[in-house]
Amino acid sequence: MGFINLKELAEIGEQVALGQPVPPAEPSRTAPDSGPPRDSGVPIALRGLGKAYGARTVLSSIDLGIAAGEFIAIVGRSGCGKSTLLRLLAGLETPSEGSIALDGQALRDTHDELRLMFQDARLLPWKSVADNVALGLPGSARKRREAALAALADVGLADRADEWPARLSGGQRQRVALARALVHKPRLLLLDEPLGALDALTRIEMHALIERLWREQGFTALLVTHDVSEAIALADRVLLIEDGSTALDLRIALERPRDRTSAGFTVLEDRVLRRILQHPPQEETPPPAPAAAPFIQWRWAA
Amino acid sequence: MAHSNDTSRAGWPGRIGPWLVPAAILASWQIAAQTGWLSTRILPAPSAVLAALWALASSGELLTHLQASFARAAIGFAIGSGIGFFFGLINGCWRVAENLFDTTLQMVRNVPHLALIPLVILWFGIDEGGKLFLVALGVFFPVYLNTFHGIRSVDAALVEMGRSYGLSGWALFRHVILPGALPNILVGVRYSLGFMWLTLIVAETIAASSGIGYMAMNAREFLQTDVVVLAILLYAVLGKLADVAARLLERRLLRWNNAYAGA
Repeated sequence: MGFINLKELAEIGEQVALGQPVPPAEPSRTAPDSGPPRDSGVPIALRGLGKAYGARTVLSSIDLGIAAGEFIAIVGRSGCGKSTLLRLLAGLETPSEGSIALDGQALRDTHDELRLMFQDARLLPWKSVADNVALGLPGSARKRREAALAALADVGLADRADEWPARLSGGQRQRVALARALVHKPRLLLLDEPLGALDALTRIEMHALIERLWREQGFTALLVTHDVSEAIALADRVLLIEDGSTALDLRIALERPRDRTSAGFTVLEDRVLRRILQHPPQEETPPPAPAAAPFIQWRWAA
Repeated sequence: MAHSNDTSRAGWPGRIGPWLVPAAILASWQIAAQTGWLSTRILPAPSAVLAALWALASSGELLTHLQASFARAAIGFAIGSGIGFFFGLINGCWRVAENLFDTTLQMVRNVPHLALIPLVILWFGIDEGGKLFLVALGVFFPVYLNTFHGIRSVDAALVEMGRSYGLSGWALFRHVILPGALPNILVGVRYSLGFMWLTLIVAETIAASSGIGYMAMNAREFLQTDVVVLAILLYAVLGKLADVAARLLERRLLRWNNAYAGA
């Protein structure tokens, strides 16, 4: 495993040959005290994956192997198809071509192995924080609440369990959403720009939180972001998607937790940014929204 | 906001102020009736209305009529809003049902339900059935329309979230769709409570053998204007009570919503 040797800090990033299956890499996290954590992440294989809406091709022939427990960041200009890739993985969209396999098995419509964190927290405003976290959990009411409280404690919000989501700040709501995703013990966590709307300080806190929980729980993580520094701070590999296919697959071999001011970090950040900017911006195409119900705010007044 | 601050700072003159005009009207009404300037055949003195209230209440007659009206209102409301809720639900959830039923229901909605009274009397006579039918019909549409649009306007992002978190069918409906539609449904309930009393008043004054409307019409035949005024006031009080109940329901069920919290 030459390319993840942490001693070779001079060799800070190495481009993996595109299309070539990636050998199952040892995750670069430091394993917690007693060996690998329970039920670690799920490996993912994408074969010739493509998605088109009518005549417009959003993604085409994506071949990608992701090792169990790896943290992948997907960057790219807006409208490049990175969110679509995530929605395909989440089963919210069906691929037009190619296949997705989790742990060798085809992705089914409903699956308990993965959880998605959305751009907005999407908490149910009519449920308390704890009930939001317990949403969809099996078992008795008491067990579900216990699990929810434990997950809330993990994100540092145990004391807000019985409040309405409306009383929380944006960062706290995303932490609740994170707890809600992780309470299911997913083997794959998909993050769709979950920190995009947060202020810079809250984002840095969230990075540390996500990184810590990822190290403790060992799930595979896929983060879509347009913040290159966020991608480099968190990911084992940074993928750049351009015109619907992967244009760069960069392994980040910096030691964790990563120091954003270190020379290695800034060199990598600069390199990815330059690579993104090389490419002329394509026409803005908004990411596909969920099929919106006709919203008629109309009441009958006699 | 500024208004309420002003009144609280002004102390008791501020609190009493709004009631001065109604009190003056009542007082002059009483004086006009007592001096004979206002004929009791046109309007009885407020004291006479109070006396009528006391007399009818102590004889137990008032309670009987109140019970009859209340039962009609409640049963008619339960039937009409139940059916309205049902159709709002299935039409909101399934396109097929909307395609099948919505046009028909919208056509029926354009018929003023009180215009059916002659037909209803022919169908049901002056029995309970006709009044329940009218109340149910009047209550149906506000509940139907608001349930339907409430369900259609549930945040699609939340539904998508629910699905991706493993909810489907009944669980998705119970945790996401119904609570999301509830604010609209309760608006429908409040509208329909207004229609409930309106329909009942008309139905009872036309054909009934009990109830507040019957009491008023009976009193009219004997020129008991005090009882007539009392019946009108009772309707107002009952309408207000229904509205207060609906508000309490809103505050309880929508306490998560900032717009309904506190106050």
